[in-house]
Amino acid sequence: MPVKSLDDLKKIKEQALAKRAIRNASARAHITVAMGTCGIAAGARDTMKAILDAIEKDDIAGVLVTQTGCIGLCEFEPIVDVQIGDAKVTYGKVTPERARAIVAEHVGGGKPIKEWMIVR
Amino acid sequence: MLRELALHILDIAENSLNAGATLVTIEVIEDARADRLTLRVADNGRGMDAELARRVADPFTTTRTTRRVGLGLPFLKQAAEQCNGSLAIDSAQGVGTTITATFQYSHIDRMPLGDLSGTILSLAVGYPQADFVFRREIGDKRLEIDTRPIKAELGSVALSEPSVIKFLKEMLE
Repeated sequence: MPVKSLDDLKKIKEQALAKRAIRNASARAHITVAMGTCGIAAGARDTMKAILDAIEKDDIAGVLVTQTGCIGLCEFEPIVDVQIGDAKVTYGKVTPERARAIVAEHVGGGKPIKEWMIVR
Repeated sequence: MLRELALHILDIAENSLNAGATLVTIEVIEDARADRLTLRVADNGRGMDAELARRVADPFTTTRTTRRVGLGLPFLKQAAEQCNGSLAIDSAQGVGTTITATFQYSHIDRMPLGDLSGTILSLAVGYPQADFVFRREIGDKRLEIDTRPIKAELGSVALSEPSVIKFLKEMLE
């Protein structure tokens, strides 16, 4: 990797740390995308990409996005969990379009989208 | 079932991470002169004993506990063999696993590589506890991306921060 990129990273890091200082840490959201074979076959990678795109475009800092394996609800894949504080919501059949809406409205705006939740 | 080789790579890497890997090396070597495409995913996970390594390309073998059928590797094996290639599994308990799939590069039935950068981005951000080395060779051209120096530079700043996502996407382009 070119040295220039690591210099770029230094700036990115300083800006991210400055933003973090003015943010409320308790509102930190954690998004989990299920990425078992079933999820991948249903399009979970593109769902993940849409989530990252939306975070970047809407400039939503402080969101942790991770992946996990099959959670046994393969018929609802792609599955995405959103946890903010103690409240966890599981969404099913999350297309890239739905993913973008979930990031904007739930993660960004604090309003979960009821009609896409999986009710167990 | 998985229509891109990049999705198969993601699927194999998921197995690596489920096996506790902390470093996953992904190589994609396009050698048009030798008419060969090689994909390799090497990890330092817990590895498999000889018996499991032998059975792992069988659809009725899976590590998942939620279902008893695993279709990732069997489909990749079939895809490789249909294109005059093969699937090799090299694994040692406590050391790690290396999966190598080869294809005749120009074979009419060879699956497209697909969105490799999407696969690498997804893995690098999605598994902050692990590191990834991505090596791509196209003829004489080489690209290598290693998440270790990136994370060392970022310190406590996560890869899922907006400006870092942008940086990673540009680097993978």
